Amino acid sequence: MSANNDSFGKTIFVAVALCLVCSLVVSGAAVILKEDQQANKAADVQRSILIAAGVVGADEQADFGKLFQEKVEAQVVDFETGDIAKDIAPASFDQRQASKKPETSIKLSKGEDPASIKRRSNYGKVYLLKENGKLSKIVIPVHGYGLFSTLYGFIALEADTRTVAGIRFYEHGETPGLGAEITNPQWISKWDGKEVLNQNYKPSLKLVKNGADQTNEIDALSGATYTSNGVENLVNYWLGDKAFGPYLAKLRGGKHGV
Amino acid sequence: MAFDKAEAKSVITTPIFDNNPIALQVLGICSALAVTGKMDKAFVMSLALTTVCAMSNLLISLIRNHIPSSIRIIVQMTIIASLVIVVDQVLKAYAYEIAKELSVFVGLIITNCIVMGRAEAYAMKNGPGMSFLDGLGNGLGYSALLMSVAFIRELFGSGSLFGYTILEPLKDGGWYQTNGLLVLPPSAFFIIGLLIWALRAWKKDQVEAA
Repeated sequence: MSANNDSFGKTIFVAVALCLVCSLVVSGAAVILKEDQQANKAADVQRSILIAAGVVGADEQADFGKLFQEKVEAQVVDFETGDIAKDIAPASFDQRQASKKPETSIKLSKGEDPASIKRRSNYGKVYLLKENGKLSKIVIPVHGYGLFSTLYGFIALEADTRTVAGIRFYEHGETPGLGAEITNPQWISKWDGKEVLNQNYKPSLKLVKNGADQTNEIDALSGATYTSNGVENLVNYWLGDKAFGPYLAKLRGGKHGV
Repeated sequence: MAFDKAEAKSVITTPIFDNNPIALQVLGICSALAVTGKMDKAFVMSLALTTVCAMSNLLISLIRNHIPSSIRIIVQMTIIASLVIVVDQVLKAYAYEIAKELSVFVGLIITNCIVMGRAEAYAMKNGPGMSFLDGLGNGLGYSALLMSVAFIRELFGSGSLFGYTILEPLKDGGWYQTNGLLVLPPSAFFIIGLLIWALRAWKKDQVEAA
């Protein structure tokens, strides 16, 4: 190593040059690979919907894109009225994008934001599955804050809109082994048959610390209190009056023709 | 640069048994515990770490004569971090399922002591060719141990290898009672301990003075 390596000028030069080269490499990789990554993500979302609805098993391999086309019907819902927004094509509507833009979403005040999502889109997208022409499952997208990250997932309900058919989180950044156990198949299986809406169709899910013996109770994850609270809040929020509640009420009343 | 075949060979092979980064230097334990539950995950992780280790050694060695000593650690970190991000992006594009399961552990290669240890101890003093081989060798040493642990954990913990059922578990109607402990990360502690014991019983010179 030559002595002038440690001169002020050279130190600055090496630092700046290195940063430039590295940032070029990193951003280059991000830009080039973006398309493949987005395709993967979209496919993963479709797969999560199919798994939540119980169409395929969690480890099952299948042509998810084709299955999704065949089995699932997407609808865009107006949160304000609970009606189906017929003028918006479900395929082109992205709820996650919509909840980021001020013109397609509303800001939630602290009191009406238990799931800590800050903004809620004006429209939401639900997925319906039918069997022999009759509605069999409703898959609802949910998201909300856990301990470190926003959890994104789907909850599938039976046709009575109260009973859980399945739940699956497809994106989160919680601690492996603790909060990340929300993806644990054993824990997920505890949701089957639980009632997330009570007799009066109000959200009533509770994640409890010991002994979930009621039909609206699920064992909280040990060592992950905040993540568990987050899951409870986000499910109750998205099934409540401020989100998909009005839609589900109209669905039960037969107003949506299914 | 004179290229010595014998030395090149020893640089690659020593880290596998004689100077294993996990078994002898006891580095990189965190990921060795976390990603060894299944062989496919361990394999992808090994591949990622070996790539990063070899490439970072190569790049750091190439510019070693121009790195000011006052910022050398930061320079190494920047190079390693960039490589890790690129590897992570590639995994997300071409092996999405596994990338999702490996979650933070690919990102944590940045802080893996093996990579930085080799950069500081070897690549700063040696030519690019040998540094590349040294990184490759240490990556392979890490991989060898990771795959051994994953082999034991997946075979006896889940009754399968690379996801293919070998021992039919009871819960699927087979005969094999799976070992629940081996599915959990702490079991890797026991297995690594036993492997270190076995290795030192075989190669006595690795035993540390009491």
